Amino acid sequence: MTETQNLTLVQAVRDGLFTEMSADEDVVVLGEDVGKNGGVFRATEGLYDEFGGDRVIDTPLAESGIIGAAVGMAAMGMRPVPECQFSGFMYPGFDQIVSHMSRFRTRSRSRFTLPMTLRAPYGGGIRAPEHHSESKEAFYAHEAGLKVAIPSTPYDAKGMLISAIRDPDPVVFLEPKLIYRAFRGEVPEEDYEVPLGEAITRREGDDIAVFTWGAMTRPTMEAAESLAEEGIECEVVDLRTVSPLDREAIVEAFEKTGRAAVVHEAPKSGGLGAEITATIQEEALLYQEAPVKRITGFDVPFPLYALEDYYLPSAARVEAGVKEAVNFP
Amino acid sequence: MSVLETDPEDMIRVIDEDGEVVGDVPDLSEEEFVAMYRYMKLARHFDERAVSLQRQGRMGTYPPLSGQEGAQIGSALALAENDWIVPSYREHGAALVRGVPLKQTLLYWMGHEDGNRMPEGVNVFPVAVPIASQIPHATGAAWARKLQGDDDVFLCYFGDGATSEGDFHEGLNFAGVFDTPTVFFCNNNQWAISVPRERQTASATLAQKADAYGFEGVRVDGMDPLAVYKATTAAVEKARDPDEDQLRPTMIEAVQYRFGAHTTADDPTVYRDEDEVEKWKAKDPIPRLENYLRAEEILNDERVAEIEASVKEEVAGAIDEAESVPRPEPREMFEHAYAELPPELERQYEEFAAVREEYGDDAFLED
Repeated sequence: MTETQNLTLVQAVRDGLFTEMSADEDVVVLGEDVGKNGGVFRATEGLYDEFGGDRVIDTPLAESGIIGAAVGMAAMGMRPVPECQFSGFMYPGFDQIVSHMSRFRTRSRSRFTLPMTLRAPYGGGIRAPEHHSESKEAFYAHEAGLKVAIPSTPYDAKGMLISAIRDPDPVVFLEPKLIYRAFRGEVPEEDYEVPLGEAITRREGDDIAVFTWGAMTRPTMEAAESLAEEGIECEVVDLRTVSPLDREAIVEAFEKTGRAAVVHEAPKSGGLGAEITATIQEEALLYQEAPVKRITGFDVPFPLYALEDYYLPSAARVEAGVKEAVNFP
Repeated sequence: MSVLETDPEDMIRVIDEDGEVVGDVPDLSEEEFVAMYRYMKLARHFDERAVSLQRQGRMGTYPPLSGQEGAQIGSALALAENDWIVPSYREHGAALVRGVPLKQTLLYWMGHEDGNRMPEGVNVFPVAVPIASQIPHATGAAWARKLQGDDDVFLCYFGDGATSEGDFHEGLNFAGVFDTPTVFFCNNNQWAISVPRERQTASATLAQKADAYGFEGVRVDGMDPLAVYKATTAAVEKARDPDEDQLRPTMIEAVQYRFGAHTTADDPTVYRDEDEVEKWKAKDPIPRLENYLRAEEILNDERVAEIEASVKEEVAGAIDEAESVPRPEPREMFEHAYAELPPELERQYEEFAAVREEYGDDAFLED
C-alpha cells in the first residue's frame, strides 16, 4: 500500500519540488527569497538546506532576469523551476514569457526546447496589498506554446507539478494561494503524475455542468451542495489545466446536462469563460437548452481588500447564476 | 566643492551615532530642527501602532519603516513646496512631511482605495507596489515639468532591491539622456525581504551606478537625518538650477537598515542574525538627532516629553478617524475604472447588486 502524508496545497507543492529535485539533478529552483527564507509562502522550505545554494538559488530582485536566465538554462538541458513571488509581479518578465519562453521550440524548429516550469501564487482573498490578488491566467492561456496548469487540491498540486517539471515544454504553474493552507489532503509520498490537460469531475449531477478551477472550486462546491437541497444537481468539473483545455470533458459534461455555468475569479471579458462557452457552441450546439452563464470577477482592476469579498465570486453569486441557467427560459 | 562631488565610495555624514558633529551642520533654524525631530518621532510611533493594528486584525499586511525615519524625513524636508515625491510603498514618513494625512495612510493599508487618493495640492504620487516600477514615472513626470517650463523637482524613492530591476536602468538612463530634474533616492536598507544587498549586485556601492548614466551618485549615512538633508538639498538645488556643465539628475544611496520585517507577513529571524540587527539599532536616527539637539540646547526633557505626548495624541486621533470610516460600497470598484462607466460594466454591477439584495451582505463578507 502506498504511504501518504496529510498535506496542505503549499506543502504538496514543496513535496513535488523535493521529489523532482531528489530524482533529477537538472532540476533547480530560482527566484526571490526561495533559498534561505524558504519562499514567502514556504513553498521551498528546507530545500536550500537539502540541496544547497547552487540548486535553490536566491536571485537579485529581477523577474525578467529570473525568467530569462531560466530560458537559457532550459535551452542547455536543465529543468529550471523559476518562481515569481506573486503572479502580479510576473510582468517585468512578461517579455521573456511571451517572446521567448513560449517560442523557443518553434523558433528553433525544436533544436532548443524549454523544459521549464514557471511557478507563481495567484488569486485573491488574502487581504493583501495591490497587485497581490489578480487572476490573469487568460494572458498565459492566450499565448501559444505554453501550458497553463492550476491545481485545486494537494494531491493534484504535487502530481501536476511533477508532470509540469517532466514536461518537455514550458508550463506556467499558477497556485491558488487562497487555498494554500485552507485544508489538507492525502498525498502519496512516492512520485506520481497527474497528467496536464485532463479535467476531473468533482461532483456528479444531471441539471447543469459547472466548470471552474483553482480557488473557485470551493465556493462552487459549496453552492452545488446548497442547490442540491433545492433539487438542483450540478456536475462540477475542475478543469485543472486551462491550456490546453480538456475540450472532451467540457463537451461530455455539457451534453449530459444541456446547461452550463463557468466560475472564474478573473475578469469576465476575454476570460476563459468565453473560450469554454465558444467550445460548447462549436461542439454541442444542438444540446444547448440555455445560455452559458459566466460567474466571474468584474471588468475592473482588482480592488484593495476592503472590497475584495465583493469582487470574488461567492457561493451566493454561483447559486444565483446557476439558478438563472437552470430556470431558463 | 559640492557635497555631490563626494566619491561614491565615501559616506556623507554630519552627526555620528552619539550625535557628535562630524561634518558641516546644515543651516536650519531651531524650529526646523525641532520639526525634523518631531516628524521622525511621529513616523516611529505611527509605525509601531500600525504594526500593532495589523497584529490585532485591524489592518492588513503593512510594511514597517522603523530605522528609516532619518532617510525619509531628512530627504522630504529638503524639497520646496511645489516639488514632488514619487514613493514606493514604505515612505509613510516622507508622505507625512509632504502633507499626506496619517488617516490616509492608515486607510490605504486598511484596504481602502481612498487612502491612495492624495488630497489636492499634496504633490505625492500614488503608492507603487511593483518594485522599481515608479522610477520611470519620476523621470517622465520631471521631464514633463521641464517641458512645461516649470522648475519642480521630483524625488523618487526606491530600495536596494529595485536597483536590480530593468525599470531602474531605464528610468535613470532616460533621466541622464533627457536631463530631467529628478533625484533618485535609494533607501538601501540592506535587505530585499531575505536577500542581502550583496546578492543584488557585484558593484561595491549602489551610488556608483549613477556614473554609468552620466550623472552624480553619492552615498550618505541614511540614519543621519542631517547628512541626508544636506545631500538631498544639494541634489534638489542642482536639479532645479544646474551649472552649465552639470546634468540635473542625482542618485543618492542612503545607507540604512530596516529594524523590523519587510512586511507584517515576513519573519526576518529566518534570514538575519539578531547581532546584525543590534549593531544597526545602535545607529538609530532618532536618539542620535535627539542627542545632538540636546547638546545644542534645542531640546530638553520637558520639550521631548511634550513632543512625545503630542505625537501619541495625533496618531491615536488618526486611528480613530480611519477606523470610523465605513467599508466602501462595492459600487466604488466600478466608478474609477473609466471616466464613464461602459454599459457592460453597468450591467455587471446591476447583476451583482441584485444578488446582493437577494442574499444579503453576509453572503459576501467573511467578517
